[in-house]
Amino acid sequence: MIAETGLGALWLAAGLAALQFLLMIIALRSGADVRRPMRSIAVVQGVLTLIAFAMLLLVFARSDMSVALVFENSNSMKPFIYKVAGAWGNHEGSMLMWVTILAVAGAFVALLAHRTSERTTVAALGAQAVLALGFYAFLLIASNPFARLWPAPMDGQGLNPLLQDPGLAFHPPTLYLGYVGLSVAFSFAVGALFTGEVDSRLARAMRPWVLGAWILLTLGITAGSYWAYYELGWGGYWFWDPVENASLMPWLAATALLHSINVLAARGALKAWTMMLAVVAFSMSMVGTFLVRSGILTSVHAFAIDPQRGTFLLALLAIYVGAAFILFAVRAPFLKEGAPFELVSRESGLVINNLILSVILGVVFVGTLYPLLVEAVTGEKLSVGAPYFDAVAGPLALLLAVLVGIGPLIAWRRERRPVFKPLAIPALLGATALAISIILDPGMRILPRLGFTIAAYLAAAAILPLVGRNPLRAPLATWGMVIAHFGIAVALAGMAANAAFSSERLAIARPGDILNVGPWEVQLADVTPTAGKNWTAIEAELRASRGDGIIMLAPQSRFYSDPPTETSESAIRTCWNGQLYTVIGKQDVSGAWQLRLWWKPFVTLIWAGGALIAIGGALALLGRLWRLVWRRRPTPEEWRRERYA
Amino acid sequence: MSRAFRFAPIGVLLLIIAALVWRLATPKDNNVHSTMVGKPVPAFDLPSIVPNKPALSSADVATGQPHLVNIFASWCVPCITEVKVLKALQGRGVHIDGIAVRDRPADLADFLARNGDPYERIGSDSQSDVQISLGSSGVPESFIVDGKGVIRFQQIGAIEASDVPMILSKLEQAR
Repeated sequence: MIAETGLGALWLAAGLAALQFLLMIIALRSGADVRRPMRSIAVVQGVLTLIAFAMLLLVFARSDMSVALVFENSNSMKPFIYKVAGAWGNHEGSMLMWVTILAVAGAFVALLAHRTSERTTVAALGAQAVLALGFYAFLLIASNPFARLWPAPMDGQGLNPLLQDPGLAFHPPTLYLGYVGLSVAFSFAVGALFTGEVDSRLARAMRPWVLGAWILLTLGITAGSYWAYYELGWGGYWFWDPVENASLMPWLAATALLHSINVLAARGALKAWTMMLAVVAFSMSMVGTFLVRSGILTSVHAFAIDPQRGTFLLALLAIYVGAAFILFAVRAPFLKEGAPFELVSRESGLVINNLILSVILGVVFVGTLYPLLVEAVTGEKLSVGAPYFDAVAGPLALLLAVLVGIGPLIAWRRERRPVFKPLAIPALLGATALAISIILDPGMRILPRLGFTIAAYLAAAAILPLVGRNPLRAPLATWGMVIAHFGIAVALAGMAANAAFSSERLAIARPGDILNVGPWEVQLADVTPTAGKNWTAIEAELRASRGDGIIMLAPQSRFYSDPPTETSESAIRTCWNGQLYTVIGKQDVSGAWQLRLWWKPFVTLIWAGGALIAIGGALALLGRLWRLVWRRRPTPEEWRRERYA
Repeated sequence: MSRAFRFAPIGVLLLIIAALVWRLATPKDNNVHSTMVGKPVPAFDLPSIVPNKPALSSADVATGQPHLVNIFASWCVPCITEVKVLKALQGRGVHIDGIAVRDRPADLADFLARNGDPYERIGSDSQSDVQISLGSSGVPESFIVDGKGVIRFQQIGAIEASDVPMILSKLEQAR
């Protein structure tokens, strides 16, 4: 009955979404006030999808093998947390999660949106309903997560061991929350383009959603990067894999949107551009979902190739994005641009920020889809990898990092003071870092060297907005910005250190052998078999030392039984100044073992920087919400005027 | 705002959708096809690897008769089944030469003794150099070379019994 309850809830939710859409059409044609029924419908819809998702968790937790999805992706021997996480470690479950987040976000929009006018709110809720409707149809027609098997099998086939990791419990949900959070910005943009009410009220209503989605995308990408780093055993933190790019593209668009929306909120300018970005950001989320779920690009993330599902998702994408683009093309000319600004102003700075981010987005987009386009036209196969992305996106990102230090110092509308004066100390720090890098390592490549220089400069420049005022009285949003920008400097320093100073050692070793990597001496002491709940393994005992005591590391090569798979479990030792990363591979015919060792100075700064960026975002969000809820509640007078406008 | 800016996104979207539709409609071909088909065999001179079996150079495959050049290895499992089909082809008068990739003499001798030996010559390609210059990305693969030494056909993967008529007709065309 559990599975049937879930399926029933899903059908009901789909029906309500259709009703919500219908109400929007009626309201926009007749002018009737349908906000209250629409709100109720949106909330019930959110609750129903939550019920459906809870039912899916329940059948996975109970290992109910009569449900096809559980049989295919779970196994009764699996640790409990992976049984539950297995619910979204597959196509149908993850799509149900997608829809659940979409519907719950819609419910919160319905509950919280009283900043925008009635017509815009209704149009946005209608747009959200249309989005949800398409994905309900996808689930119910092409990807039913609750399909039963008869007779029920004795036990399941298990979950891909790479996914049996705490990372799985958090990485996909975080990214999905981010992806789908952008759907709200999309719906607001579509609604506002429809009614023509693109103004600072709309920007303030959209901003917390964009900010929230952006924080989660930042966390999702950072966590995914660390997960790939330690789980795949390649020692890299970013591979420019198509699906990684699919998560980076919405992030880039959301980052641009996050900045341009401030211009719209504060100055009422950049209207059309901001609406375009809102549409593009969620479009990129859908492209990402499509690329992952259709499996059409070759990638470590490509789970399954299923033309029917791919076609369905592609049709949804074409309809939604196409309709939004057409709406934009038709309505954008009617948007009146807001307050003008001068060449040297905060607005101009943010426009430059947006331009650079958009170009990087274009670079990643072209690089990701170029092989596909070329093969479609000429039939030639090629792949685009790190050399292209590093060479093209790298310098742009560095340029942007330089400007990040300057932008926040410029005043809105026009700047009369000399902007560069406060930057003397940061510039001096950058020059010092450059000098040190030249003295210490004259042969360093150009990108890491610039990376160090700019990281040192930006670390100081990022703090400047708090200098010369009482930091405790600065708004939380300013603190958030400062911390996020500082996080960029930290991550940049980590990337530069990793690129410039990493040492790698690949060797064939026998027990007793000693290998050198960076400042470390690593001895392969022993290799022994070991076992866990659903795996057996070969475990190396490594003794590593750099003159101050011995530390032990135990990398494993694991063999999972259901399904039969080999994985390598790296062993990583984090020190204050870097990570020692070790992997054990295969045994060769003579009985010696493959060992891979890396010493990666300050590599952890990459993820620490990512976390700081997310924390900065969270502070800004807190600040905005605080003002939204406590300080700036509309007075009854404003409320009435808005309602009967 | 200019019309171009407003309508450009729709154009980009249509382009991308077209490419994605094409990808969904066309079955994905993960084989790497050699660009050397239609061109002369690149010059090579591989040493012998097992006793009593002559070495192989590019001159040996351009003898006026079509040759089947088989890229294989003793460590390659599909090659074991393919050898039986190659024996059948040899029985029909086909000249078969082998390029043994990253192999060891003792292993290869064992492989031939156990599974049969359809090869007139075998060259040892210890670093895969010749394999790569032919545009082959794996084992087993076979190339049909005509009498003038021009590559006429590439077979990716093992030649199965059902492929024999096709291979024979390709050899006939290369005559």
